[in-house]
Amino acid sequence: MDYSPYFNPEFELLDRGQIEALQLKRLQDTMAHCYHGSPFYRKRLDSIGVKPESIKTLDDLRRIPFTTKQDLRDTYPFGIASVPLDQCVRLHSSSGTTGNPTVVLHSAKDLHEWANALARSLWMVGCRPEDVFQNTSGYGMFTGGLGFQYAAELLGMLTVPAGAGNTLRQLKFFTDFGTTVVHAIPSYAARLYEVMCQQGIDPRRDTKLKIMAIGAEPHSEDTRKRIEDMLGVKAYNSFGMSEMCGPGVAFECKEQNGMHIWEDYYIVEIVDPDTLEPVPEGEVGELVLTTLNREAMPLLRYRTRDLTRILPGKCPCGREHKRLDRMKGRSDDMMILKGVNIFPIQIETILAQYKELASDYLITLDTFEDNDGMTVEVELSDRANVDDYAALQNLNKDITRALRDEILITPKVKLVPKGSLPRSEGKAVRVKDLRKKY
Amino acid sequence: MTVQQISVFLENKSGSLVKVFRALSQAGIQLITSTLADTADYGVCRILCDNPDKAYSVLSQDGFSVTKTPVFAIALDDQPGRAADAIACFADGGISISYLYSFLYEGKGVLIFRTSDLDKAAALIAEKGLSEAKL
Repeated sequence: MDYSPYFNPEFELLDRGQIEALQLKRLQDTMAHCYHGSPFYRKRLDSIGVKPESIKTLDDLRRIPFTTKQDLRDTYPFGIASVPLDQCVRLHSSSGTTGNPTVVLHSAKDLHEWANALARSLWMVGCRPEDVFQNTSGYGMFTGGLGFQYAAELLGMLTVPAGAGNTLRQLKFFTDFGTTVVHAIPSYAARLYEVMCQQGIDPRRDTKLKIMAIGAEPHSEDTRKRIEDMLGVKAYNSFGMSEMCGPGVAFECKEQNGMHIWEDYYIVEIVDPDTLEPVPEGEVGELVLTTLNREAMPLLRYRTRDLTRILPGKCPCGREHKRLDRMKGRSDDMMILKGVNIFPIQIETILAQYKELASDYLITLDTFEDNDGMTVEVELSDRANVDDYAALQNLNKDITRALRDEILITPKVKLVPKGSLPRSEGKAVRVKDLRKKY
Repeated sequence: MTVQQISVFLENKSGSLVKVFRALSQAGIQLITSTLADTADYGVCRILCDNPDKAYSVLSQDGFSVTKTPVFAIALDDQPGRAADAIACFADGGISISYLYSFLYEGKGVLIFRTSDLDKAAALIAEKGLSEAKL
């Protein structure tokens, strides 16, 4: 069948002038909505004398204070919402049990808009209603599950909500259902191939796979190429975060050179994380996003803590929505492992509960045979009974279980002698990231 | 009734054991015996020496993870079957032994073992007339 190359041509094909005119209109609407709907925003804006009417040009955006993850925690669970709860139909929450998690609320329209942005992205890379889409994300709170589900359905693909894990079953679905499009985190894509090899499945001969959406985990251009070579697919980088909704914030087009961020949905700023002033175009800084068409929980100038840059120049695909480069890291200490956001403080809080442990620990993220994993080395305290192997091994198991319950990933725990972990300038090094990426 | 054994937690890394022994020798401490057991990720070195209190403080100060543990030391005639007899006493007496090692010391066999039933083991040793090793 002949299709348009665009899912939302009326938005995808706007030129810069049209994009900015639309953004100003939507920013003014969003400001009014926040000011009148959210006591949190009203108080904050009143305290500096900014009113919705103060926004006359896009440059006036800079008069609005930043919103941070801490604001979301401080107003836990529903305090930042701009609509009454009865207008919300879903929430997604972060996993952390250490401190308040962050909660994101969605109205029915928000869910539709989220699905639309991601459906547009999938369409952009060639997904069509004839395709069979298999989602290997966990469903539930992880937004890669339901987010891709709704988007793939809206686009019209036959969807296989396989969920995470059970690789043999995933492969059976590939072959039996003729899956053509897969969403996976990069390390799982490699795992799929490994098991295919064990099972004698040749992805090119035995499956119809052709498109893969990969994201939620930092990865390099080399990793993408390897996934493409292994599985015989085109792999496209997907970017999102639960605060904005989830996947579908930005997505690569077929050029595979930067992720178009949908500027009818978001205003993008790149700022210096220390001065909070904008960096010159093309330079790396912290990504700051303002939502433009959200009802339940608009975010004004949200500091994502992700470091990236805007790729200069026009994309040959014809879309003038700005392109984000691969994420270069974080301006805070958050780690992203297998799509899960983890802060060292979560690990520290668990470790601090054991009298047998000293306060020094080292988290190492590394890639083993294409699988990203975490090792936590922790120093024993003087109160550990090192004569008792069984007790040491039980201690190791207890810590592993407690960490898994907190961060949802099973780390390898290594007990080490006190004073043995590396220190730099007297301060312990907390995180080492040796993964193949960027 | 018991002797103090020093246990040192070690990384599975070449050179970690030598640091322990050097630290002890520099403090003028004489080893009587030592054993090293390892798991996949770490090792524990158990040491008997002539001055366990000093060994403990020296190793602690040098930053080692150290534990002082009371263990029983039984002297046996250097004859076949003596160790079996002694261990049978404990088994019959319901003492569970968490680990055990033995060596020859000044012409006598020495059996070292660890149990959490300290009082029960001490009573049993007295009752059976087992002699303590003088280390």
